[in-house]
Amino acid sequence: MLNRYPLWKNLVILAVVLFCALYALPNIYGEDHAVQVSATRGGEVTTQTLQQVESALQREGISPRGITFENDQILVRVNSDTEQLAARETLVKELGSQYIVALNLAPATPSWLDKIGGMPLKLGLDLRGGVHFLMEVDMNEALTKMHDQMLTTVRDRLIEERVRYLSVADNDGDLVVQLRTDEDFQRAVSLLRNQYQGYTTELDASTNTMRLVMTEAQLQEIRSNAIEQNITILRNRVDELGVAEPLIQRQGQDRIVVELPGVQDTARAKEILGATATLEFRFVDTKNDLRDALEGRVPFGSKLYNQRGGGQVLTEGRVILTGDHIVNASTSYDENGRPQVNINLDSAGGRLMSQATASRIGDPMATVFIEFVATGEKTPEGRIAFDRIEEVVSVATIQARLGSSFRITGVGGIQEAQNLALLLRAGALIAPIQIVEERTVGPSLGADNVRAGLTAILAGFVLVLLFMGIYYRKFGFVANLALLTNLVMIVGIMSLIPGATLTMPGMAGILLTVGMAVDANVIIFERIREELKEGRSPQQAISRGYENALTTIADANITTLITALILFAVGTGSIKGFAVTLGIGIATSMFTAITGTRAVINLTWGRQKRLTELSI
Amino acid sequence: MFEITKMDGDNPVKFMDYRKHTTWLSIVFAVIALTSLTINKLNWGLDFTGGTLVEVSFSQAADLPKLRDVLADNSFDDAVVQSYGTPQDVLVRIPPRDTAEAESIGEQLLTLLQAEIDSNIVMRRVEFVGPQVGDELAEAGALAILVAMICILAYVSFRFEWRLAMSAVAGLFQDVLMILGVFSLLQIEIDLTILAALLAVIGYSLNDSIVVADRIRENFRLLRKETPVSVFNISISQTMSRTLITSLTTLLVLVTLFFFGGPMIEGFSIAMIIGVVVGTYSSVFTRSTLALALGISRENLMPPEVEKEGEDQEVLL
Repeated sequence: MLNRYPLWKNLVILAVVLFCALYALPNIYGEDHAVQVSATRGGEVTTQTLQQVESALQREGISPRGITFENDQILVRVNSDTEQLAARETLVKELGSQYIVALNLAPATPSWLDKIGGMPLKLGLDLRGGVHFLMEVDMNEALTKMHDQMLTTVRDRLIEERVRYLSVADNDGDLVVQLRTDEDFQRAVSLLRNQYQGYTTELDASTNTMRLVMTEAQLQEIRSNAIEQNITILRNRVDELGVAEPLIQRQGQDRIVVELPGVQDTARAKEILGATATLEFRFVDTKNDLRDALEGRVPFGSKLYNQRGGGQVLTEGRVILTGDHIVNASTSYDENGRPQVNINLDSAGGRLMSQATASRIGDPMATVFIEFVATGEKTPEGRIAFDRIEEVVSVATIQARLGSSFRITGVGGIQEAQNLALLLRAGALIAPIQIVEERTVGPSLGADNVRAGLTAILAGFVLVLLFMGIYYRKFGFVANLALLTNLVMIVGIMSLIPGATLTMPGMAGILLTVGMAVDANVIIFERIREELKEGRSPQQAISRGYENALTTIADANITTLITALILFAVGTGSIKGFAVTLGIGIATSMFTAITGTRAVINLTWGRQKRLTELSI
Repeated sequence: MFEITKMDGDNPVKFMDYRKHTTWLSIVFAVIALTSLTINKLNWGLDFTGGTLVEVSFSQAADLPKLRDVLADNSFDDAVVQSYGTPQDVLVRIPPRDTAEAESIGEQLLTLLQAEIDSNIVMRRVEFVGPQVGDELAEAGALAILVAMICILAYVSFRFEWRLAMSAVAGLFQDVLMILGVFSLLQIEIDLTILAALLAVIGYSLNDSIVVADRIRENFRLLRKETPVSVFNISISQTMSRTLITSLTTLLVLVTLFFFGGPMIEGFSIAMIIGVVVGTYSSVFTRSTLALALGISRENLMPPEVEKEGEDQEVLL
């Protein structure tokens, strides 16, 4: 028979459609307001935490819709957004700083669907509201740190082996070692040449100069490491902000994308994410006179700092400890009611602190706060220049040998103390960052966009359905069936693909594929009409119509697919969303408009042996 | 049965007889578009120029003159204020500034408006694009369109023939030029969604011309006695009802998108609507005219003789 599909083919089509429909299903259940509890460093979510959460909510009179404990997270579903806020406040108080309590929207997917991986569509920031940051990492600073470290290493090595050098200096990224005599030069060469990975050695025997040049590979690695480390730290900080489902990823050479759904207070988010603060602890230099230093005679090895709130402090050159040894920091008030920051160190840090302070009880110790601040000027490469601002925030007398936990005072108000504690907990950025792009969408605009998009899709859809039904009559209804199936399939597949998000332009893309998906059917139906006019029998006309239209449809759609791919490759954010829906829409529309309609037409008309007329 | 047009292969309309006229029409429009592009330029949006944009919603209809005064008094005299969608919604744009505080202008502005005008103001949207990012986006956009055209040129050359490919791409140039011309004349802002629309139009318009080209190829093989011009006329006539219906359904959804989709998607729908209209014109006239001018003939579209591997061997079985 001309217009029959074998049973297996019909079954496969049905299976594909049902599969997509199944995964499109979660979208009709909507979302619950929820509070999400997860552990931060040092904390752990256990069944005990779960009990704690339950009893705290009960005490406050909040009756959750459901509490689940999965993947080291507790998810509390509540009935309204006011209850959600109340629940968060209660839990933050109850659980303390070792846990992250974030607001979230949890899909209300029934558990059987959830078990087979069913999830609703992920909405882009333009539809659900939130902040998108693009940050650029200042690599110069990361490189400078590496150069300084290398400088110290080389100097130490020469001193250790008693090689006398004229100078060891940084010259535009290269390390230049200048030696006095030929003999020293030979010894230095044998000591340093090819000893350091990532550096090549250039020699100039006539001037007794040796040059250590960083290799391109090493440079790349430093860049990569700086980005990776910054990403890790940003992730810690985002955790501190309490955001559910944040996205933090590298983009290109030296940029990082941060997306925070649901966050409205961008000022605070920026302050926390962009801060590059760290601490150093140094002994105050009591052997030399501060007044001499103020007149410009800073003793060799010592350092002069401004003190926050006025005045200057002279410190010893040696750094007792840097901020990377800090494992936890919290705030409280001291005996006099002033805010203080309590600091816990890792074991290595504790050892350093203990060794350094053992013989110095009674001496003053300064806490130096280091921050990178944008200067407002640009470097020759067109990037924002940063100033390294260092100031002493507190000077305290060492009362006893310090160990792995101690406290610092004099850091300002409680808000500043809390911010400092937060930054210390989350770690210091390896290199300063600059926000180069920000897009914030408020929740009201997001909701409006969803509403507008849905209305447009619905209205456009109904118009096309009406047109097709009137113009092609019964065949038009078959095409309409395909169009509906197409919509369900797009939604199902988009819900299934983990990376696919629906954006505002994406909704336009869906509507556009609705308009274009009928094209395939129009091509086929017009062909069938032509065949009928040429006097072929209805069955033959159907068969030839589909056959002749196939290559045309394929060619036409492949070119559209090419443009969708290109859009996906170059687009960002919402434009990528458009490309994704367009691409998926083209694929599904080919399936529904060609195979799907054929199956229905075959089932309806294909069996009629004496078919004399087609309703087309 | 309903028919949108009575024309078909048996009573073809002699479209190609008008090709001189349509060529002049195309040239006149191209000149107008180019003139406007040189004089008026394009109204590049924030995505490409960099700068800050804040959309706020007031509790009642916004007093724009007062808003402008407040902004001017607070060193935002370079701000451009316009209402957006509804009388309550206002869009404030600040051109890019060369200071480090550029990234916090949005917040400064919100605080200012809250303090000076309406404490119940609702933040709808804040966008900040640094100048370096804007340049990159513009570059990426131009590159995307160029790459799309090259890929399409390659694909159509591979599937059809270089004369058809060249004329298809020329048609795309016309589509893009017309859209940009209208955007320049009406000074509609170009943002990233317009870029998406341009590429979607490229896809759509190509779709159209491939359907026609496919029929031309088929007819060259079928109608051995007809001249190229009449093959073109017949092919265009045969595909005309499909061309019109698809344009119509696409326009239907685009018009609903324009009316219901909200202000953020307005530019996108306008660009697409122009694109669909021009794309339909270009796939009927521009491309056919050009392909004929390039001297397309039956021989160009004959399938190459392919020697199948193993064809000369006896079938074993």
